[in-house]
Amino acid sequence: MGLVARALEATGISTLVLTAAHSITKAANPPRAAYVDMPLGYTAGKPHDEEFQKLLLRTALDAGTAIESPGTVIDTAIKWSNDPSWKERASSGLNNGVVSSEGDTRSDRTDIPQYQSEEDREAAEA
Amino acid sequence: MSSSSEPVDYIDRTREQYSALGYEPYQWAERPETPPWTPLTKPLAESKILLVGSGGAYKKGQVAYHWKDDTGLRLIPSHQPATDVRVTHFAYDLEPARSDPNIVFPLDRLNELVEEGFIKSLTPQSIAFMGGIYSIRRTEEELIPALINEIEAMETEIDLALLVPV
Repeated sequence: MGLVARALEATGISTLVLTAAHSITKAANPPRAAYVDMPLGYTAGKPHDEEFQKLLLRTALDAGTAIESPGTVIDTAIKWSNDPSWKERASSGLNNGVVSSEGDTRSDRTDIPQYQSEEDREAAEA
Repeated sequence: MSSSSEPVDYIDRTREQYSALGYEPYQWAERPETPPWTPLTKPLAESKILLVGSGGAYKKGQVAYHWKDDTGLRLIPSHQPATDVRVTHFAYDLEPARSDPNIVFPLDRLNELVEEGFIKSLTPQSIAFMGGIYSIRRTEEELIPALINEIEAMETEIDLALLVPV
């Protein structure tokens, strides 16, 4: 998403990247980024925790739009848990430290649409 | 390995993981040059926001993404309740996001922030794609130009694009 941010900003659109992957975002070097200390798959919060999700977005928007120096990744201090032990287990891919898959956790990649449900497939093919 | 108060270094961990599996090293995008800069001109309460999410969101009735470098975009009406947003992606655990798509494509929460006056409005359409694209070339030559075209076709003023990767 860092590359997308750089490209949009070059066309005159201000951007803010919300990121849970600090090192990846730092490498791609977008103009503005707000870091949240969340596992992969939970960039914008915890499921069904509406107040936490809104706090995360408000905090990230406030902090991110205050950035004045291009290439800043600002730490929002928003975090998944006071217990950081999930980070010891986290890797990229499906093993995000919160679920317990092991080994090669990436799914097979095919060029067939991967619907969430059969009902979705029927709706799209109707 | 970093200490627990620091961010997880996914670049290091993926490198270790791929090396252990005998894969070729994965190439992260690195852009050390100072990024382009478009100053913000309005406070958030007066800003129209475009949501762009790369977590693989689509709307029921749309064709889902495939998982082999799909560079397609999906336009999702911003007033669509997130309960009608679906999610597909090969590289993260989908169950939580399928249970509540707002954690990768926060439409409901952004609409509430509009109601609260924290931001002014959302563009009528939000934009989604499936960010698991291994080819930087295809990202730059296919996805990004198509995204810029879609945004220009919106013909709406955008004060800030909020980009939500996974």
